[in-house]
Amino acid sequence: MSRDEVGFGQGKPPDRDGSAVRWSAAAQQAGPLAERAVPRSGQAVPRSGQAGPWSGRSGPRAGQADLAIASRGLTKRFRRGQLAVDGINLAVPAGCVYGFLGPNGSGKTTTIRMLLGLIQPTDGGHQLLGSAMPAGLNAVLPRVGSLVEGPAFYRHLSGRANLARFDAADRTADRRTARARIDQALDRVGLLAAAGKHYRAYSLGMKQRLAIAVSLLQPRDLVILDEPTNGLDPQGTREVRALIRQIAADGVTVFVSSHLLAEVEQTCTHVGVMRTGRLVFQGTLAELRDQHAPRIVVRTSQPELAAKVLADLELAEVTSDDHQVSALLGDAAPEQVNATLVRAGVPVAALDTPRPSLEDLFVQLTGEGFDVDG
Amino acid sequence: MSTADQAVQAGPARPASLGPVLRWLRFFWSELSLIFRRPRNLAMLAVIAAIPVLLGVVLKVSAPAAGNGPAFVNQVTQNGVFLTLAALVVMLTVFLPLAVAVVAGDSVAGEAASGTLRTLLTVPAGRTRLLLVKFSAVLVFCLAACLLVAVAALLTGFLLFPVGRVTLLSGTTIPLADGLLRVLLVVLYATAGLAAIGAIGLALSCLTEHPLAAMAALMVIVIASEIADSVSQISAAHPYLPTHWLLSWDGLLRAPVDSAVTEHGLLSFAAYAVIFGSIAWARLGAADITS
Ligand SMILES: Nc1ncnc2c1ncn2[C@@H]1O[C@H](COP(=O)(O)OP(=O)(O)O)[C@@H](O)[C@H]1O
Ligand SMILES: [Mg+2]
Repeated sequence: MSRDEVGFGQGKPPDRDGSAVRWSAAAQQAGPLAERAVPRSGQAVPRSGQAGPWSGRSGPRAGQADLAIASRGLTKRFRRGQLAVDGINLAVPAGCVYGFLGPNGSGKTTTIRMLLGLIQPTDGGHQLLGSAMPAGLNAVLPRVGSLVEGPAFYRHLSGRANLARFDAADRTADRRTARARIDQALDRVGLLAAAGKHYRAYSLGMKQRLAIAVSLLQPRDLVILDEPTNGLDPQGTREVRALIRQIAADGVTVFVSSHLLAEVEQTCTHVGVMRTGRLVFQGTLAELRDQHAPRIVVRTSQPELAAKVLADLELAEVTSDDHQVSALLGDAAPEQVNATLVRAGVPVAALDTPRPSLEDLFVQLTGEGFDVDG
Repeated sequence: MSTADQAVQAGPARPASLGPVLRWLRFFWSELSLIFRRPRNLAMLAVIAAIPVLLGVVLKVSAPAAGNGPAFVNQVTQNGVFLTLAALVVMLTVFLPLAVAVVAGDSVAGEAASGTLRTLLTVPAGRTRLLLVKFSAVLVFCLAACLLVAVAALLTGFLLFPVGRVTLLSGTTIPLADGLLRVLLVVLYATAGLAAIGAIGLALSCLTEHPLAAMAALMVIVIASEIADSVSQISAAHPYLPTHWLLSWDGLLRAPVDSAVTEHGLLSFAAYAVIFGSIAWARLGAADITS
């Protein structure tokens, strides 16, 4: 896996003036398989005369049509020297459900803490809902619901009293509507019946749902959830997933982190994959699926000739080495490709159409095991 | 979300200038209810209320020989009002600073330890606003604790001892109502002194994620300060110790009120509050919240 990342502004220092950050730019070069994740050129096209999200000229809402979250070279090195997040360029389109994937210790929570202004990046910067952070923090955070690093509440208070506490702390919340909003949030996460119970008597699933309820106390434009299904049983996981779908159905952008691909696969439209602090893939789920679009692999003693034939067949991404040639199969039928190869005089020793699962792909992107190189 | 939208839009708009103040008060009220409903703090307050009662009973049963015991103790048997002052002297050396240490030390570090600090900040409560609420709540706790001592002592004094016109330290005798007003002044002065200790506790609380560490550190500071205050060799440093002026309210019990010393004390308290308040603000304002 090369150090290269998929994203815009590849290899450039954060550049805050002019170059427009657009999802399209990032999506175009959303890299295929990790080993091929070499960025195309021409990303982050500067659009002269147009105020990009980074221009500073755009109002708080200006960037919203494009990106709910945009970061450039966002980096966090902890004081002990640990590089937890290494120059990531997030591009989360407004209205999407963005799965932020990565094994434990890959930097998801650290990234989310930076996005929410809990910790200062050591380099780079970001925008939330079109406003540059941290300057716009107080103006933007009321429109952002969040759950960071698992549920945290006052143990001796009831679920409802806990929500009332956080609502009271909100510098924008109206006391007169508090009761209705709290009940509504409890209702949405299915905790209305248990609202009077002490938090310490809650099951893990109830705690997670109460934490999500905090993010629903106000109408939001963006909801950031850090591993909301962590530690839940399959039933709890299903409930949270349904909740995320519901939130997204209201047009809210959802940014949800997970270390499990399966979780993200069912709810998300877009994914970003983290590995040891770096964003190794970013794109739509469809683009991620394309990574494991069937390839054709031909083992032959004449790879150059075979490569030419495959290219003539207009197969994409033809690569070859000493013994074999491979390409994206696309719509072509393997037997026809085989026939064409043979007709062209290519000695075909073997022909295969391997199809890695999404899971394989994820493991390929993120590496095996936990925190192996963190 | 539509219901919430409607709910939010339902009420008439408040004057823009008043909204932030009302919302601050709501947050402040929530902080107070957190402090005053917490079982541990209630237990502390119960002990704080019980000790003056105990002191009154002990004095009733066995009046100490003249000249022994804390100041004001000898006057108690003649006038129950003096039990308030005797109780404040007793409480201000250990119990009240201890109670303030627990509440102030816990204020930010407790939220960090439970993880609620990150939720408060993302809600968003605002870092400076949060600190202001925390300090104000500590201040109210100091006032409540001192008032509690005075009221418990006053009730006990009324029950166990004769009560009447109050003879001040200057020898003048004033009506009971005026005497109680003097006691209230002493309570306010003691509150200011405890609030200065609370400010140190708040700063310590912003420096750690372990509330017990902040509490213990503050208690060590208080005790070290009291010990240093009794070492005559370093008397030049005494006026700068955080606990030095805590009991310097004699001037409030003279006629006319001799405010020279109390003003010194209040200046010292204000200096401590400003310095450690600033430390807390600088620390919390820039801190990485990784809890
Ligand atoms: N406060 C901290 N101080 C030092 N290192 C930290 C701190 N918090 C996290 N890290 C390190 O940063 C890396 C990323 O952690 P984290 O963002 O929590 O990962 P994730 O949420 O993906 O599991 C880990 O290697 C972790 O050990
Ligand atoms: Mg995490």
